[in-house]
Amino acid sequence: MTATVFTNARIVDPSRQLDAVGTVIVENGVILAAGPEALNQGTPAGAEVIDATGKVILPGLVDARVFSGEPGAEHRETIASASRAAAAGGVTSFIMMPDTHPVIDDVALVEFVRRTATATACVNVFPAAAITKGLEGAELSEFGLLRDAGAVMLTEGRHTIASNTVMRRALTYARDMGLVISHSTQDKELGSGVMNEGLLASWLGLPGIPREAEAIPLMRDLMLARLTRSRYHAAELSNGMSADAIARAKDEGLAVTAGISINNLCLNENDVGEYRTFFRLSPPLRSEDDRVAMVEALKNGTLDIIVSSHDPQDVDTKRQPFSEAAVGAIGLETMLAAALRLYHSGDVPLLRLVEVLSTNPAKIFGLPGGTLKPGAVADLILVDLDAPWLVRKGDIRSLSKNTTFEDARMQGRVLQTMVAGSIVYSA
Amino acid sequence: MTNTDPFPVFPHRHLLGIKGLLPSDIETLLDRADAAVSLSRQSEKKRSVLRGRTQINLFFEASTRTQSSFELAGKRLGADVMNMSVASSSTKKGETLLDTATTLNAMRPDILVIRHSAAGAAALLAQKVGCSVVNAGDGAHEHPTQALLDALTIRRAKGAIAGLTVAICGDVLHSRVARSNIILLNALGARVRVIAPSTLMPSGVSQMSVEPFTSMEEGLKGADVVMMLRLQRERMSGSYVPSVREYFRFFGLDSERLKLAKEDALVMHPGPMNRGVEIASDVADGPQSVIQEQVEMGVAVRMAVLEALLDPRQAGETA
Repeated sequence: MTATVFTNARIVDPSRQLDAVGTVIVENGVILAAGPEALNQGTPAGAEVIDATGKVILPGLVDARVFSGEPGAEHRETIASASRAAAAGGVTSFIMMPDTHPVIDDVALVEFVRRTATATACVNVFPAAAITKGLEGAELSEFGLLRDAGAVMLTEGRHTIASNTVMRRALTYARDMGLVISHSTQDKELGSGVMNEGLLASWLGLPGIPREAEAIPLMRDLMLARLTRSRYHAAELSNGMSADAIARAKDEGLAVTAGISINNLCLNENDVGEYRTFFRLSPPLRSEDDRVAMVEALKNGTLDIIVSSHDPQDVDTKRQPFSEAAVGAIGLETMLAAALRLYHSGDVPLLRLVEVLSTNPAKIFGLPGGTLKPGAVADLILVDLDAPWLVRKGDIRSLSKNTTFEDARMQGRVLQTMVAGSIVYSA
Repeated sequence: MTNTDPFPVFPHRHLLGIKGLLPSDIETLLDRADAAVSLSRQSEKKRSVLRGRTQINLFFEASTRTQSSFELAGKRLGADVMNMSVASSSTKKGETLLDTATTLNAMRPDILVIRHSAAGAAALLAQKVGCSVVNAGDGAHEHPTQALLDALTIRRAKGAIAGLTVAICGDVLHSRVARSNIILLNALGARVRVIAPSTLMPSGVSQMSVEPFTSMEEGLKGADVVMMLRLQRERMSGSYVPSVREYFRFFGLDSERLKLAKEDALVMHPGPMNRGVEIASDVADGPQSVIQEQVEMGVAVRMAVLEALLDPRQAGETA
């Protein structure tokens, strides 16, 4: 019997539209009560009481897009090291992408991820399975068996399925198995550039990626989602054209949701500067107009979730000419603080921000967490919304240090992360 | 030797691009190059200002003329010149660049001249080595010595660059020569036009301080200088333009079209030329062509750049 009581905390729980000062009582890994009236329950005997005056309690973040090096590239990141980064960033659950060596396209590999996570990770790690075998875009993997083994989502990871027929069958069959398909859309040819197409790329002499490279396959997917009446999730969108397509699909009543990487909400193409390879991302950082459009889309409900797109790459593959450098950035440790920029700037209310970082991803992918309702698993974080800090390379817990926020000033940090009632991180 | 140098100190450690140079920096390099032309025309061409200095030409892309131009420039100034050609197919390109940089740096060169297929490669190298770096072409980014030699050629023929109308024609999209020239010519007060089919125009070209044209007839009208660009073979058969004959028909420079430009307009080409693709032979070899002068100016400009970057008065100054 262990119990913890947080008193005088500002409790933000989008699952109940709750934003009020009160008490959170955790006992045996479960939330007993959370809210202004929670103290009426009485404090459990022997509970540790933490005065959280001036602090905020949020449901732990749920990150639906995390790449791991394990299996196959453990020098970049292991499941354990990713989980420590997650805990420090207030992420209590994440979905691990299947882009590993070998690809997670088989029951045994889903089991490997779950086993490794249970044995070594300090947060909840849920495996995603590849839509097609080997991520080759041709043969469907065993959706039903993968689901039964514990895969919570089907995705092609960094890849985009080019074949309309394969995509149609995947959507149709996933519907039968009750699985959501999460797809990142980038046309292979039209998207063969290395940064946002436009004046900056032109001066740098770098091949550009037009917004249409993302929007065309996305629109194809939305048409197929209509045809198949399947659940479809757009994994990470970067521009207003894509957001408009999602908004139209939602208006039409399609079962469609969409996510965005924290990078595309906080940064733009100017951050690439003179060939800064840590800012080579997919989808690429877009124009400031697109960034602003995406913040608006996040606010108005067109976009449903924020992901970190945590993608550890070792420094050697980043210390290359821009067009030859590896793609991607880590983000588990900085996602919350970066997202809080949108709160501090007045762009997005805190309740909405927590909804897209925690409640919505849990709901969309059917995961526990994302709520502080009584009876829910006690995955929660204690946050100081105003604490200033500097992202120092030396403090990064990920095995790879390719952050887009090196030396960035942040406001708001995680003080404590609790997974199933146990403290897995303390600042 | 040093106190007889009549030119102001060049305030940069590397020459990675035209971007970042002040008009006065450019003019000084051109003045220095003018002096080098005179030297090169003497029978005794050799000076000793760079005696004891080591210059390494590191070429990841084959380029006979640029490499030999840099080699000759270094040798005329008395430097020890070593050529390294790294076939880009031998290993993965990026690894080769950084590994090679580390190795070469240990040989303590004074100046590294680099040509690479990736934009930003010269800048990356400059962060890794302890000596001066000259960009001899990085992908579609910049080729500063080409723009300088073009400017010198124009200045010597026309007296000045300010006020001239320069038409740059051809594969602007992939051309580092075009980018460096656009920046330089604008800095010195020229009006710059670019002429190309839209498939070979960079995105946002109208915001690049140029006037874009998709018709040679329109774009050449009244031009003082016609600068042709090379069209790579792999781009002329269906990927960017349908065929060689169609390209030459609409974007090739022949004597009829040239008449649309000013009567005394200069015809330039960075070489190597595709005769009958972007330029007709009679124009390339005709009286308005300064293509041979460009080659001569190339050596002079590279001498000027090497001398400016290795100027002993520069020691201790920041880049």
